[in-house]
Order: sequence, then structure tokens, then C-alpha cells
Amino acid sequence: MRTLSYLFIGIFFGIVMFKSEAASWFRIYEMFKFESFHMYGIIGSALVIGIAMVQWIKRYNIKSFYGEKILFMPKEKGIRQYLFGGIVFGLGWALAGACPGPMFTLVGAGYVPILVVIFGAMLGTYLYGVLKDRLPH
Amino acid sequence: MNLIYEPWPWYVSGPLIAVIMFLLIMIGKKFGMSSNLRTLCTICGADKTTDFFKFDWKAQRWNLVVVVGAIIGGYIGSHWLSPDVAVAINPKTIGDLNSLGFESAGKAYLPTELFDTAALTDIKSLVLLAVGGLLVGFGARYANGCTSGHAISGLSNLQLPSLIAVIGFFIGGLVMIHLIFPLLF
Repeated sequence: MRTLSYLFIGIFFGIVMFKSEAASWFRIYEMFKFESFHMYGIIGSALVIGIAMVQWIKRYNIKSFYGEKILFMPKEKGIRQYLFGGIVFGLGWALAGACPGPMFTLVGAGYVPILVVIFGAMLGTYLYGVLKDRLPH
Repeated sequence: MNLIYEPWPWYVSGPLIAVIMFLLIMIGKKFGMSSNLRTLCTICGADKTTDFFKFDWKAQRWNLVVVVGAIIGGYIGSHWLSPDVAVAINPKTIGDLNSLGFESAGKAYLPTELFDTAALTDIKSLVLLAVGGLLVGFGARYANGCTSGHAISGLSNLQLPSLIAVIGFFIGGLVMIHLIFPLLF
């Protein structure tokens, strides 16, 4: 039952990523050129509503659908790992035109070369795991 | 009803993404896609050589189910809900892309120069796709999150590290498109 709910949320997510064009390489390029409000509108409106939801859950101690307490894990403090990692991620996001969610959406949409991007992303993740202790965090 | 077959505007898409995050929070999970890449590495055996991949990946199976859903959703979105997948980007952007050699700008969902099946036999396209993916995977794990984990989940919880990461995403993206693209294309 829970597995089915994950599946349906994923399907919904995939449809939204495709139909919003957030999975389009062109939209990412256009965003970094500041030539459209589209992507900023998507992320911005998701964020405004997201902040309100999280505040609501925290303030009124809202329980999950299963009656459990909802915990928000604060991110570990730091600057360098977020800044350096973020920059590397941004370079790749602009080049491949896809972040980790849309990558999978595009597999379903039938763009075979996206598998090369996913393979690269797994390799990059593996490289990070290998080099982790030698990188500034 | 026909509106569903058109591209969805930002003021529909953004709130729907917030709904997805909300549903995941309400079933006791969190919205973050790049951690699946780590799980996939572990499943492929990376835990045998590297400590970073030694974790209880089975606790992350739910997120892999979300990934399977995202794949199915991509099929539904493109094959059933989009009679025309061309992305109507800014005409000025189309002009810029044409001059870089992307003839498919404004006519397709993804540039055919990189994402047509024929691109699989083009060494340059393959290298660019693989390097792009590599940077995304490496950077997401280094920054401990991607667009969903930081720009949506983290910022929604007003996390300063997520703001730093998102600033990094933009520095990287701007450098790639304004400084590196002219060298690549």
C-alpha cells in the first residue's frame, strides 16, 4: 500500500516535470540567460508554498498521515561543501540540461541518450565517494 | 480540458511541485532525488570498495519506487498528454541557440544535436552528455543535495546551507552557459 503511494507520487512528479518543461534542456538554458520568468516562477512559487507548508506543520505540530511526528533534519553547517559542490552541480545542470529528477522523467519520455547522462551521474557520485575525504568540506 | 495538453504554466507547475513535497513529508519521507544515485551505486556494488556507499540502501527503496514512478510519469506526460512537445522558449534565446548551432531550438523538447538517438554515434555529443552527468552527480553529492533537496526542500525549511548551495548552482550554471558554451559550440 505504501509502495503504491510512492509509485503514484513518482508518476505525478514525472508528469509535472515533463509538462512544466522543467525537464527541457532549452528551459534550463533560457533560465541561465535570464530570458524567461518560467523556471523562476516554477521554483519561486513552489518555494513560497513550501515555506508556508513547513511553517504550518511545525507551528501546529501536524502529524503525518500515519500519525507519526514529522521531523525536519537541519542541514549540517558549513559553507565550502555547499558552495563548491553547488558550483560543480550547476556546471553539469547547464551542460546536460537536466537535474537528477528530470533525468529519469526523460528516460520515460524516450530520449535514449539521457541514459549516458545518468551513467555519468552515477560515475560522478561514485567519484565523490572515492575522493570525499580529500575534498574541502 | 484541452489545457492539460498544452505546456503547463509556472503558476500551475510550481504549486504542484509543492504538493509533491507536501505528500512526501506527510507520509514521513522527504523530497530529494539525487540520493537515488548513491543508492544505485551501492546496488551496483560500490559498497565493496568505498565506505561512502556502505549504508542500509534498503531503507531507501521507497525513493527508488518514486524514480520508477518518475519514469512512468515521463512516458505519460510525453506520449499521452503532449500532442506537441516543442518548447516555446524566448525567440531571442532561439536566435542565440541557432547561432551556437542548435537548429532544433524552439522546435523540440530537447536539442536533437545532443538527445536524438543519432547523437549516440557522435563522439562529441556522447562526451558532453557524460561529462554533464558526471558533474551533476559529483556536485550533487558534494553539496549533499540537488534542485529538489536544496532549492525546494532545504529552502522551504529556511536552511542557510541550501541557500549557499543554490547560489553555487547559479554560479556554475552561469559560468557554463556564458563562458564555457562559446568554447564548446
